[in-house]
Amino acid sequence: MKNVLTALAGQPNCGKSTIFNMLTGARQYVANYPGVTVEKKSGVFNHDGTRVDLVDLPGTYSMASWSPEEQAARQFILDEEPDLIVSVLDASTLEKSLYLCLQVLEMGRPVLAAMNMLDVAAKRHIDVDANALSDALGVPVVPVQASKGIGRDDLRAAIVGQKGVVIDKAPVDYGKLEAAIARVATLLPTEGVGGYPARWLAIKLLEEDEAAARILPQLPNTDAVTRLVAAERKAYMEASGEDAVRGIANARFARAREIAAGCSSREAFVTSMTEKLDGVLCHRLLGPLILVAVLFTFYQASVTLGNYLAAQIWPIWGKLEYWASLILPAQGFLQDPLLTSLGVWVVKSITAVLNYLPIFVIMFSLVAILEDSGYMARIAFILDRIFHRFGLHGQSTLPLILGGVYVGGCAIPGVIATRAIPDDRARMATILIVPMMNCLAKVPLYLLLVGAFFSAQAGSAMFFMGTVTLLMGLIMAKFLSLTLLRGKQAAPFIIELPIYHMPSLHGVLRQTFDRIWMFVKKIGSVVIAVSVIVFVLISFPNLSDERLAWYQNQQQKLEEQFMAAVDKSGLKGKLNKGDIVPLLLYQESLREAKRGLDQEAANAVNQKALAENPLYAAVALRQGKDGKALAGVLRKIDGQRKNLRRQMHQERFEDSLLGRAGKALESVTAGAGFTWRINVALLSALAAKENSAATLGAIYGLEGQSIAEGMASVSGFTPLHALALMLFMSLYPPCVPAAIMVKTQAGSTKWMLFSIVFQMCIGLLVATLVFTGGTWLGLTGYQAMWAYYALCLCILVALAFVPDRAEVTQTTVLRTTTSS
Amino acid sequence: MTLNDVQTRSHCKVARVTAGGMLGQRLSDLGFCPGVTVLFVRRAPLRDPVHVQIGSYHVALRGHEAGQIEIDSVRPACG
Repeated sequence: MKNVLTALAGQPNCGKSTIFNMLTGARQYVANYPGVTVEKKSGVFNHDGTRVDLVDLPGTYSMASWSPEEQAARQFILDEEPDLIVSVLDASTLEKSLYLCLQVLEMGRPVLAAMNMLDVAAKRHIDVDANALSDALGVPVVPVQASKGIGRDDLRAAIVGQKGVVIDKAPVDYGKLEAAIARVATLLPTEGVGGYPARWLAIKLLEEDEAAARILPQLPNTDAVTRLVAAERKAYMEASGEDAVRGIANARFARAREIAAGCSSREAFVTSMTEKLDGVLCHRLLGPLILVAVLFTFYQASVTLGNYLAAQIWPIWGKLEYWASLILPAQGFLQDPLLTSLGVWVVKSITAVLNYLPIFVIMFSLVAILEDSGYMARIAFILDRIFHRFGLHGQSTLPLILGGVYVGGCAIPGVIATRAIPDDRARMATILIVPMMNCLAKVPLYLLLVGAFFSAQAGSAMFFMGTVTLLMGLIMAKFLSLTLLRGKQAAPFIIELPIYHMPSLHGVLRQTFDRIWMFVKKIGSVVIAVSVIVFVLISFPNLSDERLAWYQNQQQKLEEQFMAAVDKSGLKGKLNKGDIVPLLLYQESLREAKRGLDQEAANAVNQKALAENPLYAAVALRQGKDGKALAGVLRKIDGQRKNLRRQMHQERFEDSLLGRAGKALESVTAGAGFTWRINVALLSALAAKENSAATLGAIYGLEGQSIAEGMASVSGFTPLHALALMLFMSLYPPCVPAAIMVKTQAGSTKWMLFSIVFQMCIGLLVATLVFTGGTWLGLTGYQAMWAYYALCLCILVALAFVPDRAEVTQTTVLRTTTSS
Repeated sequence: MTLNDVQTRSHCKVARVTAGGMLGQRLSDLGFCPGVTVLFVRRAPLRDPVHVQIGSYHVALRGHEAGQIEIDSVRPACG
């Protein structure tokens, strides 16, 4: 079978992905281009007995080598030498699309054009003549309407028939620069170098293109070429007063405009729906109001609806845990087989993450809707001024909202969403502060502590936690971009405001599914591995023999109680102490079998149980005098057993490696007011933050006291302690899945580790500052809260006026070049 | 005079782009070329970035970036 490698090249927003999906359907693979964090999508389709491998090149405006996307797209064409390049044109912005198409043509590979968005163009009163365009370009032009699947077979047939053309005459006439190009080209081998045709390489060298300069050393006459290029650039500068780079780009765009003008007609400045909508959505007063309303709706939908869905779906994950317990060896009275406790632990860790899936589905689909509709770019437009002051970008808005700007997001979708930010430095800053927002898992601890220590001012305390995190995040973003991220490339803010259009259900579902799938794939194995490690850390070493003997003794007492009851009943001799755990498990499995059944079906289950296992069923279903009596005793014993197990678990945990670490850290955390018990609770949150509230409950909530009373009496906890603890939790390191996403999006393990250590240190610093400072000034927790808030606000305002060094130098350099 | 000194809704003819490097490239890629007339649509609610229309498409850029596009004629757009 024939095999055709085809690359799809086009600008952002031209509908390239839609064409890609239309051609390949479900058969897609996602990988990364070598050396860069740019996603590489490829897919396969068969047509007329030919197999086509289709690669979706990253959307770029040009074939320069400034951004990772441009480098990836260009390098792919040079290295992989595709049999065909399909250049995607957007009929509604023809000249801009042609500007890229002309550069693709210059690369000397077979090219075919697919013209998309004809429907959008028609709505905007733009008429395009595909035949005239084909004549002007010298390559076939296939009209498609990818959003409706129109033209799929035509395009497939054109690809399979390899209708692409290598045009013989130069696509762009560079006018005054032509002579220079010819002179440089004569110094280059006629067959080209490293996939570059001679003419194109000559143009790229005159453009001072870095990637082109890198291949020069391959030539025998490197120095001669370099000298000539420099001389030609200088001569052009002197003759025309502009840089050759500008001259070349201007010539290309002029040619693109010329072709577009010859093959299409439109108003000089198109006015249609988009322009009218922008008049409202970007309006000085209405714009921000609508934005707030949209973001608020977004937040409500994802959190409220998401939580509701999560609650509806939880029983499925509960079933998963139950099934796991059936497969694993049965549990013991007090101690379980290692395999069982490990298995249950791992399954619980997985379901804890899966629990968030419904929320992700909603968040991801809302993001897809915002992106597809074109509103996302407007959010960036409206908010860029604020975010830019703190080293972020207009497009940082969405990641921060997903991360939980107020209360209850999730850092995982937040970090994933940072990929849309074009400015590397702002993107890194955003990745690093998203985990500092209030994710859902931090909320239980806030609620617990606010309820216990700030119950009189609960509303304002929650407002404090909800907003102080954004203040701290912005401070950190500015701090990071002034220090560590200073060297990162800060891209200029130039974004296209795309035409508004109705997002398609298919497109939204597809994007949502892709992102969920990526999450599940990335996270699956890691969660398992980490949960095993944490299990070891909290389970070993085991309790001392002395304590084990004590627990054994307690177990015996309970077993004796049960046997005494058995002996008094008519079941004497039929049940012994080894039946206690199986009986309890049997009871639970019956309950599980009847869940959700109606009365009649439940009765049938009961009857069947009584027939199959009359002895156990009598106790489990409280049948007869003996059954009733024993069931009562069993329940009491089970209650005590559960208490003992909890106590034992707690004791083992406190003495475990992790628990010992908590004690060892007491001196470090003393300034923040954390006792070793708090440290243990905080360390337990490393696996999942939800644990912190549960562990605190387990440590302090014993013997009928409320957690607050327990904390106050056992550790002398005050509201000031609670405040320090909440602030620490808000800056707590990202959970494992979020940390993995940081690694994926930042493109290195180093940044992931940095993010963990950095947040831990900042958290401790803030907690220490608040606790020690508050104690020293004699403030109550509530006073310290607002004093800290005021401090954050002051720092924030001060930082807003610190100029961005990188930008200042950039401007000065440019000014000097202009004046010289 | 640069594109950053313009009043809302005016037609501006680009004289030249003074930026080099990546910024210069991006401005060229989006069609800011000498002789081209663009429509300065509006400023963002917080005065920055600015919104510019070129033919049938729209571009938003920060004032700092717009300041590196020199223009030589400005006339108010009707409507």
